[in-house]
Amino acid sequence: MGDQAQLLPGTLDLLILKAVSLGPLHGYGVLLRIGQISGSALLIEQGALYPALFRLVRQGLLKASWGISDNNRRAKFYELTTAGRKRLREEQDGWNRLAAAMTSALAARPEEV
Amino acid sequence: MNLLAYFRSAALRLFRRAEISEDVDAELRSHIDHRADDLQRDGLARVEAERRAHIEFGARERYKEESYEALGGNFVQTAVQDVRFSGRVLRKSPGFAIAAVATLALAIGANSVVFAVLNGLFLRPLNVPHSQDLYSLQRGKDTYIVQSYPDYVDLRDRNRSFDGLAAYTILQAGFDTGKNPSHVWLYGVSGNYFDVLGIQPYLGRFVHASDEHGLNSAPYIVLSYSYWHGHFQDDPGAVGREVRLNKHPFTILGVAPPEFHGTLLFFSPDFFMPLVNQQQLAGWTDLNARGNRWVFEILGHLKPGVTRAQADADLSSIGAYLTKAYPKDDDQASFILVRPGLHGNFFAPAIRAFLVGLMLLAGLILLAACANLGSLFAARAADRSREVALRLALGSSRTRILRQLFTEAFLISLAGGAAGLWGGVMVLHWLSAWKPFPQFPMNIPVNPDATVYVVALVLALISGLLFGALPVRQVLRTNPYEVVKAGSTARMGRGIAVRDVLLVVQIAICGVLVTSSMVAVRGLARSMHTNLGIEPQNAMLVDTDLEMAGYKGDDVPAMQKRMIDAMATIPGVISVGLVDTPPLHMGWAVSNVFSEKATDFRPSNAIAQVVSFRVSPEYFKAAGTALLTGRNFSWRDDRHSPNVAVVNREFASRILGSAGGAVGKHFKMPDGTRVEVVGIVEDGKYTANIAEDPQPAMFLSILQIPASDTWMVIRTNLDMGRDSQQVTSAIRSKLRGLDPGLPSFIQTWDEEMNGALFGSRMATASLGVLGVMGAMLSITGIFGMAAYSVSRRLKELGIRVALGAQRREVLAAALGRAFKLLAFGSAAGLVLGLLATKVLAFIVYEASPRDPLVLCGAVLAMALLGLVATWIPAQRALQVNPLALLREE
Repeated sequence: MGDQAQLLPGTLDLLILKAVSLGPLHGYGVLLRIGQISGSALLIEQGALYPALFRLVRQGLLKASWGISDNNRRAKFYELTTAGRKRLREEQDGWNRLAAAMTSALAARPEEV
Repeated sequence: MNLLAYFRSAALRLFRRAEISEDVDAELRSHIDHRADDLQRDGLARVEAERRAHIEFGARERYKEESYEALGGNFVQTAVQDVRFSGRVLRKSPGFAIAAVATLALAIGANSVVFAVLNGLFLRPLNVPHSQDLYSLQRGKDTYIVQSYPDYVDLRDRNRSFDGLAAYTILQAGFDTGKNPSHVWLYGVSGNYFDVLGIQPYLGRFVHASDEHGLNSAPYIVLSYSYWHGHFQDDPGAVGREVRLNKHPFTILGVAPPEFHGTLLFFSPDFFMPLVNQQQLAGWTDLNARGNRWVFEILGHLKPGVTRAQADADLSSIGAYLTKAYPKDDDQASFILVRPGLHGNFFAPAIRAFLVGLMLLAGLILLAACANLGSLFAARAADRSREVALRLALGSSRTRILRQLFTEAFLISLAGGAAGLWGGVMVLHWLSAWKPFPQFPMNIPVNPDATVYVVALVLALISGLLFGALPVRQVLRTNPYEVVKAGSTARMGRGIAVRDVLLVVQIAICGVLVTSSMVAVRGLARSMHTNLGIEPQNAMLVDTDLEMAGYKGDDVPAMQKRMIDAMATIPGVISVGLVDTPPLHMGWAVSNVFSEKATDFRPSNAIAQVVSFRVSPEYFKAAGTALLTGRNFSWRDDRHSPNVAVVNREFASRILGSAGGAVGKHFKMPDGTRVEVVGIVEDGKYTANIAEDPQPAMFLSILQIPASDTWMVIRTNLDMGRDSQQVTSAIRSKLRGLDPGLPSFIQTWDEEMNGALFGSRMATASLGVLGVMGAMLSITGIFGMAAYSVSRRLKELGIRVALGAQRREVLAAALGRAFKLLAFGSAAGLVLGLLATKVLAFIVYEASPRDPLVLCGAVLAMALLGLVATWIPAQRALQVNPLALLREE
C-alpha cells in the first residue's frame, strides 16, 4: 500500500468521469479502469465508489442501465451524458491548471526567488 | 445540477423506496461477484475469493446507506425529520414556545387587522364590473363631491369621456308594506345607474333611463339583496308588489345581486329608487335648482382608450361652459376625477394617512416582535451551543444544524401567524358586523379576503426568516472542540452586541407607541372637556321627519308645536327645542352669506361660508348654548315678521366686525333675503369633526324657514345613565299619541355624540392597543435580556458578593447595561414619538406633543416598564448565594 497515493478530496468524481468517458462501464469496471489508467498508483476503497457514482447520476452527469457483463453477470453500466462530457472537460482544465501551478511552485529553488 | 434528474430521482426515492434499495443492493452484490470472479481467476477457491471480495469492498451497509443518500430526494424526508425533531425540542421548553407563538400571534394579528382595514377601504376596488376605470367627479374648487342635479345632467350629456355618468344620493324614508311602518335608508339613483355600473339584477328587472319622464314619473324601487332577504324572507313574489314610501305608492321592480351593496363603501342602502322621485320622499325638489348641490356622487366608467388626462381636459371644458352659462351658480366650476366609494377626497386622505401610519406602527410592532424572538433564539442557541458542538463533532454538517434551527423558527412563525390570523379574522368579523351609528346602515367593509391571508402568511414567513437568521453566525462560528472542552461559558461577545442593538430598537419602537397613544388619549380626554357650545349631558335627541308621515306646508310647524308641547308634559323635562340637524351630526348645512349691500349673489361674491341651523325658540335653552348678548328667537319670529338670525361669536367678530356691536346689523342670504342679527351665542363645534377650527355659524328661525327634518332636543333634570329607558318610553308613547305613523329614533345626546367622536375614539383605541402591545413586547424583551445577563454572570456576581460587594454594586454590575440600553432606547423612542404625533394632530383633537403631562407620562411609563421587566432578574441577582454557586462548579 506504501506506493499508493491517497486521493485528494473531490478527485474521485473526476477520475470516474474520465474512466467512463473511455466507454460504458459497470461499477467494478470503473474501478479496474481507474487502476489501469493511473498505473494502480491511486488507492480507492471499493465501496466508496458507489456513493460517488450515484451522486454523479443524480447530478445528471452519468446515466445508468442494467446489462450483461463479460463475465455473463447482470451489472449496471454507466456512460457519460452530454452534461457529463462538458463537466469532464471543465474539471480537466481546472485540474491541469492546478497541477501546473503546483508543479511549478514546488519546483521553485531558492535562487529563483 | 440537472433539475429534472434531481426531481426524478427524488420522486423515485420517495415512492419506490424498497425497489431502489433492492436495486442498490443488487449493484453492490454484482460488484463483489465480479471481484470474486477475478480473484478466482487468480487461483483462489470460490469460497475464499468471495470472502476476500467482501473484505476488500469495505463496510457494505455504510456504503449502501451513503449511496442511498447520494441519490438525493431526501429533502422532504429530512424536512419531516426536522419538523419532528423541532416539535420535540419545542415541547421540551413549552414556556419558550408559548411565549414566542403568543408574541408573534399578537404582532401578526395586529398587522393583518390593520392591513385588512386598509385593504377594505383603499386597496380593494368597489365590487362592480371593470372597477379599474370607474371614477367619481369632484368639484375642483372646494373639494366637495356633491353636485346639483342640473349640473349632473349637463355633465352626463356633454361629456365625451365616459360610458355614461350615473348619480346617486342618500335618502331616508318611512317604508310601509301595509304592516308596521319602518325607517329605511335608500339611494336615489339616476335612471341609468345600474346600466352605467354594468350590474345585472338578481330578480326582476332594474330601473333604466327610459323609465324617467320628469318629476315623480318613476315610482319604482329595487331592493338590495340583504333587505329582500331580511324583510321579504327571500320571497320571489315580492317583485311586482306595491309598497308605500312616505305614503306614496311605489312598485318593487327587482332585487339587486347579493354582492352589490351600493357605491359607497361604508353605507349599504336598503333599496334604490329613481332620483326623479326624490320630491315624494324629501318634500322638496331641487331637480331644477342649479345652485343647490345635494346629488351625493356622480360616477361612471371611462370609455375604452380614454386616458385620465383626456377626461380631465374634457371635464374642464364642461366646467368652463358651466361657468360661462351660469355665472351665479357655477362660478369657477371645475371637476377632477377621484376614486369612487369613499365620498371623494372629503375625508379619505385623512383616514388613509392615519391607516398608513397605523400600518407603519403595526409593522414596527412586528419588527419589535422579531427582534424580541431573535434575541430569544440567539440566547437559546447560545445555551444550546453544547448540543450544537456535540452534533458537529459527531459529524453533522452545519447546514443540517442551521436547517433544523430554521425549521424551529418557521414552526413558531407559522403557528404564530395562524393564531394571529385567527384572532385577526375574529376582530375583523366583529368590525364588519359592527354598526357604530345605530341609526345609519353604516358598516366597515373589512371582511378579510385572499390578499389578507396571503399577506399574513408572507409576514409570518418573513419574520420566521428574520428571527431565525439571528443565531446563524453563532452556529457557523461554533468550534466544537473549544465548546466541548471549556463548557458552555466560553462564548464570543459579539452576538450579545447584536442583541443589544435589537433591544434598543425595540425599546425605541415601544417608546414611539407609548408616546403616541398617550398623546391620543390625552387629546381625546381634552376633546371631551372642550367647549362644544352644547351640553349633551342629560338631554335626549329625537330624530323625526314629518315628511315621512305625510305632513306638508303649514301642517309641519303646527305639528312641531304640538310635539314640543307634548314633550314638555313629560315629568323631568325642563325644556324642548327643535333643530333641523344637531351640531356635530353628519349632514350639517352650509350656506353662503353676503353683505347687506350685495346685489350680485354669485358664490365668489359671498363674504363667507357659514354653518347654518334652523332652530325653534327654546332650542338654545334645551341645547345648553349660552346666549351672550341680544335676544333669543320667540314664537313671533314667524313668516309674517322680518327675517332674523342668531349668530355665534365667531360669525359676529369675523363677518360683522365685532362681537359687541353685531346685534342689529344685517346680512343677506344667497336668495337675497335680508336678515337682521338679533342675538349672539357662544362658539361651539358644528361639523361632524370635533377637531375643527372655530367656524362661523348662524341660527335661523324654523318658523321663518321651515324644515320637516326635525330633531327634538329634550333637556331633563334626570340622570340619563339611570333614567334614559324610562324617558325614552315616555317620549315614544307621547309621539304615538300624536301620530302613530310617525317614524322616530330616540337616543341620548351622549350616544348621538359618538358619531362626532368616532374618529378620535377609533384612533385612540387603535393606538392604545398598539401601545399596550409595544409595552408588552418591550417588557418581555428587557426581561429576557436582563434575565439572560444575570444568569450568565451569576458566578461573577457570586464572587463579587463574596468579596463584599454591596447590593447597589451587585445591581449595577448585573443590570447596569440593561438600564443603559433602556434609557437610550426610551429617549430615542420619545423623540420619535413626539415627531410622529404631528401626524396624529390631523385626526385627534388637540393632539399636542408639547404637553408636559404627556412627556412626564411617557417617561414615567417607560421607567415603569423597565422596573417591571427587571424586577425578577434583579431579585435573582440580589439573592445570589456565593457559597452555593462556588460549590456547584
